[in-house]
Amino acid sequence: MRITQGAFSFLPDLTDVQIRAQVDYCLQQGWAVSVEHTDDIHPRNTYWEMFGMPMFDLADAAGAMVEITACRATFPEHYIRVNAFDATRGWETVRLSFVVNRPANEPGFRLVRTEGPGRLQRYSIERRT
Amino acid sequence: MNARDATSTVAPVDAAAEIRALLDSLDRELVGLAPVKQRIAEVAALLAVDRARASLGLPGTPPALHMSFTGNPGTGKTTVALKMAGILHRLGYVRKGHLVAVTRDDLVGQYIGHTAPKTREVLKRAMGGVLFIDEAYYLYRPENERDYGQEAIEILLQVMENQREDLVVILAGYKDRMARFFECNPGFSSRIAHHVDFPDYTREELLRIAQLMLDRMGYAFDDAARAAFERYLGLRMAQPHFANARSVRNALDRMRLRHASRVFENLAQADRAALSTLAADDILASRVFQSREPS
Repeated sequence: MRITQGAFSFLPDLTDVQIRAQVDYCLQQGWAVSVEHTDDIHPRNTYWEMFGMPMFDLADAAGAMVEITACRATFPEHYIRVNAFDATRGWETVRLSFVVNRPANEPGFRLVRTEGPGRLQRYSIERRT
Repeated sequence: MNARDATSTVAPVDAAAEIRALLDSLDRELVGLAPVKQRIAEVAALLAVDRARASLGLPGTPPALHMSFTGNPGTGKTTVALKMAGILHRLGYVRKGHLVAVTRDDLVGQYIGHTAPKTREVLKRAMGGVLFIDEAYYLYRPENERDYGQEAIEILLQVMENQREDLVVILAGYKDRMARFFECNPGFSSRIAHHVDFPDYTREELLRIAQLMLDRMGYAFDDAARAAFERYLGLRMAQPHFANARSVRNALDRMRLRHASRVFENLAQADRAALSTLAADDILASRVFQSREPS
């Protein structure tokens, strides 16, 4: 099952040229780009592992592409995303986040039912193995 | 087909005009440095011709653009590097055309494992532009074999070789020490295509530089002051630690200080001329003249 998290996730995977163009756009807006990865794609897992430092004062997308390539080489079977952080006062948040690498095989999730007091059903999802 | 032919001939002509304009501005804004300008003109011509050839489908190899600038302090290495970044950007050989100026401290770390991330960080920042490494020979310390500079050099060489389209590296420093540095690191000298030597300025050139600086700051010499400054330059050039244009700028700054304290005494009466004219006294008060007397 294809995981759809972040921007562009309903589109076909972005090519490197497209990723570079997106990163260039982020840099033009003055956002700081960073690379993160995880093997736990659960939607409640907000905090992924950082790959290197966030890249402040980058001028060109080539620098970010180096990091993305390095991250793919290190974790080919992880999900990798690119975040663009806007430090403008009032925003101070991630403005764009998109997945740039996903494992070849995506098992997806299954529904887990938990019995609560008084036959209350609680639902959650769990990664399929 | 016709349309394509038209664009492929027009574009190089535009580029040639633009390069000529750039070189003209270089000529106007930088005094002297004839061999340097010659070299830059050659490089620019080569790049433009390569562009034109590529647009007609002629075979070409991507040019190696890494450079080394050697010369005494204050001969304009950093200024020219800044111009070079602009030229390369206009010619489309670097995408952003910014200049990142670093020294050993920015590249080399303080403990094991610190150097590589630090160097990579700087390289990433410089990508799409020009990386200017001032006093590059400090990267290599032969007397300490465990020095981390070697690690920085290796990463640098790797990027210089593999990501030529992403970044242009300019190394700068004194001539003799750079020569020794290149001897010890043959990898560097073989990857650097253009060795540009910056000559010292003559006294006439320094005078013209001083004049340019004064114009930019909105000051002027009166006649006596000009003569005094010529004498000052002659004495200062003979002294040790003379740093060409930088020394001239520092001297002018000190003269402005003396001028300011002189004018300040009756600031209310000072008119436009008084506020912008440096007098001979402002110059003759310099220590350079006093140190002559005892000897």
